[in-house]
Amino acid sequence: MGSLVAAMRLHLQFESLRETTPMEYAKRFLFGGAVTVIATLIADRYGPVIGGLFLAFPGIFPGGISLVEKHKIERETEQGKQGVLSARGEAAVEATGASIGALGLAAFALTLWKGLTAGYALIPVLICAGAAWSAASWAGWWIREKM
Amino acid sequence: MHLLLRFIIGGIVVSLFAVLGDMIKPESLGGVFAAAPTIALATIALTMHKQGAVYVAIEARSMIAGAIAFVLYASAVSFVLMRYRTKSLATAASLMVVWFGTAVGLWAVWLRP
Repeated sequence: MGSLVAAMRLHLQFESLRETTPMEYAKRFLFGGAVTVIATLIADRYGPVIGGLFLAFPGIFPGGISLVEKHKIERETEQGKQGVLSARGEAAVEATGASIGALGLAAFALTLWKGLTAGYALIPVLICAGAAWSAASWAGWWIREKM
Repeated sequence: MHLLLRFIIGGIVVSLFAVLGDMIKPESLGGVFAAAPTIALATIALTMHKQGAVYVAIEARSMIAGAIAFVLYASAVSFVLMRYRTKSLATAASLMVVWFGTAVGLWAVWLRP
C-alpha cells in the first residue's frame, strides 16, 4: 500500500522548467563543465586515486539547492506569502534526496569498479552501473518515504 | 582540446540531470538527481580511451569514497537546513568541509597506496 501511495505521488512537472531563467541554465552548464574539467585536471596532476574522489564531488550541489530555495520563495511571494523558512525546508528535502542519490552514486562506482576489474567491456559495465544507481536510489527513496 | 570536449560534455550531462531533477516530483525524489553520476558519465569514456580500464577502475574505487563523503555531506546540509533554516547556499558551501574531511579520511585509511 505504501509503495502504491509513493508511486501515485510520483509525476513530472514540466511547468517547473519555466521557473529557471536562461541565465540560470547557462550557469548550470558552465558550472557543470568547469567541475568536470577540474576533476580531470586533478586526476591528471595527482593520479586516479585522488582524481576518482572528485568524480563524486558535490560541486554543483550548493548552486542547485540555492535555486530550489529561490524558486520556492518566488512562488510563495506570488501568492502573497513570506516563504523564506518554508523555502529552506524545501531545500532541506532536496538535500535529503541528494543524500539518497549519493548512496546510489556509491552503488554506481562499486559496480563500475568490480565490473572493470573483472575484465568486462565498458559499455555493459556502464549499463549495469546505471541500473545499480537507479535501483539503489529508488530503494533508498522508497524506504525513506515509508519511515 | 580534450579539456574543451570534457567541458562541453560535462556541461550538457550536468544540465540534463538538473532538468530531470527539476521536473520530477516529489522534491525528495527530484533531489536524488542532484547526486547523479554526472561527472563520471561525462569523463569515463574519454578516460577509458586515453588511460585504459585499469585507470578507470582505480578511479571508480576512489569514487566510492567520494560518494560516501557525499552521503554524509548532503545529510549534514539537510539536517542544518531543517533544524536551523539557514540560507541554503551558505550552508551547503560552508559544510563542504564535511565532504573534504570524509574524503581525506577515507583516502587515509582505505585508498592511500
